[in-house]
Amino acid sequence: MPIRDTADAQFRRLAEHDRPVVRFAIDGRPCEALAGDTLLTALLVNGRSLRSSEFDDGPRAGFCLMGACQDCWVTLEDGDRLRACTSFVAEGMRIVTQGASDDER
Amino acid sequence: MSDRKPVIVGAGPAGISAAVTLVAAGLTPIVLDEAPRSGGQIYRRPPPGFTRSRQALYGFEAAKARRLHEAFDALAGRIDYRPETLVWDMRGGALHCLSDGRSSEIAYRDLILATGARDRIIPFPGWTLPGIYTLGGAQIALKYQGCAIGRNIVFLGTGPLLYLVAYQYAKAGATVLAVLDTAPFAAKRRGLPGLLKGATTFAKGLWYLASLRARGIRLESGVGPIVAEGDTSVSALRYRAADGVEHRIACDGLAFGFGLSSETQLADLAEIPFRYDAVQQQFLPAREVSGRTPVAGIYLAGDGGGIAGADAAELSGERAALALLEDRGQAVDKPHLAAIERTLQRIAGFRAALETAFPFPADFAAAMADETILCRCEGVTAGEFRRAAAELGAAEVNRAKAFTRCGMGRCQGRVCGPAAAIVLAAALAVPPERIGRLRGQAPVKPIPLAVTA
Repeated sequence: MPIRDTADAQFRRLAEHDRPVVRFAIDGRPCEALAGDTLLTALLVNGRSLRSSEFDDGPRAGFCLMGACQDCWVTLEDGDRLRACTSFVAEGMRIVTQGASDDER
Repeated sequence: MSDRKPVIVGAGPAGISAAVTLVAAGLTPIVLDEAPRSGGQIYRRPPPGFTRSRQALYGFEAAKARRLHEAFDALAGRIDYRPETLVWDMRGGALHCLSDGRSSEIAYRDLILATGARDRIIPFPGWTLPGIYTLGGAQIALKYQGCAIGRNIVFLGTGPLLYLVAYQYAKAGATVLAVLDTAPFAAKRRGLPGLLKGATTFAKGLWYLASLRARGIRLESGVGPIVAEGDTSVSALRYRAADGVEHRIACDGLAFGFGLSSETQLADLAEIPFRYDAVQQQFLPAREVSGRTPVAGIYLAGDGGGIAGADAAELSGERAALALLEDRGQAVDKPHLAAIERTLQRIAGFRAALETAFPFPADFAAAMADETILCRCEGVTAGEFRRAAAELGAAEVNRAKAFTRCGMGRCQGRVCGPAAAIVLAAALAVPPERIGRLRGQAPVKPIPLAVTA
């Protein structure tokens, strides 16, 4: 069942719409992605960024998508951290983009 | 010890052909790859459940992709294949690997490093904004996820990947507003004689260009300094055209890159000596055309030892595997070795022509505005990095790193390294080879602390 793009989303789906829907949450907000989406894709079809820079220079949304730049690490509610471009979204995942990464300061 | 399995790191075209060659000689190599599926970046395969054809994913390269994927899949049961495995350190004759949160050690005697490459970038004001990706990253979004990086997209930079990715996006139905090449038209004319020697590759490039032009997409050469605007994500790009006129394009996606840079961290940990490569403008591990290195038993194959592209990677993977077999005392077909080496030399000539036609705009890096973020991991500006050179006396890039943390972040300088070297060299008014290179350090990528304990 294809899902619609969110209006304020960074990524736009062009193909591969027919995949099972996966439900997850961003900062408590229920969101939908598709099975096989990376966490990065799942977040960016639902919004504009993944996290804030630890050095207060603004939001970040990944960069290389191939596991080299390490710009896309995101935090789960349970404190686990995942590299979003090489991790897949899973049913029930709860991602925190606000106020995360304080451990890195 | 002679029965110890050879180890291959990387399952792109170089790693795959090395594995095929070793299996054909009766060996059972261990193949370690960070990705969940083989293919590397160029022949990267989408996750299970995706349905686009190879033709849709790889275009002109579909037949090659199919051949390599099938060749690797046919090795099942005859190799020890370990996907989703990061090699994060090498010491004492062993590889330290991380897989599924667990660390393991693999002792090796013969090792083929086929670690590939990544985009080479130069920071500009605003480049860390959401919506701005490398060309390779933009290609992965489309190929691996079926997504465009935005709704209205500009492609910027130089090199074959610029036109290829823009073409792939346009063909997939994305809105491509412009393709802005920093290479001046004159450079392309200078590179032309050499490019014509790679007739097939050159013809593909012309096809992409013609296709972009036929769609009415704005194409420019000789584009100057760049600034990205935006608050929560990129909203516009400003640039100076070759005629000196300033332009502004409203966009919500920007992909950029200036060629590729070799992934050399493991070669560094293996203590292979590095030398400055003037064509690629990067320090590279020393390797012979055979793939042999000054360290016995360690071979380099593919773009990880110097950028030469996928076809060369495949050939050099086979060549390195044959060198390994030869060094183990197996008979190899000498005329075949010579034929591979001739082809590799010819491709190297073509690559040199590409670097002439699409030169790395080192002058952009040298002229980077002080307030530009140079290191996106640690938020270090170009100005702070220059001050490390001028006021603290950092005459070498590792020293400047120690003073500023530029290159010390999670990416270990993979992103900022090439540009940082030029910023420092320009600040000190010395050639880039004089300021050294960022040393590779374990863990080569972030790993959980518990693993190292």
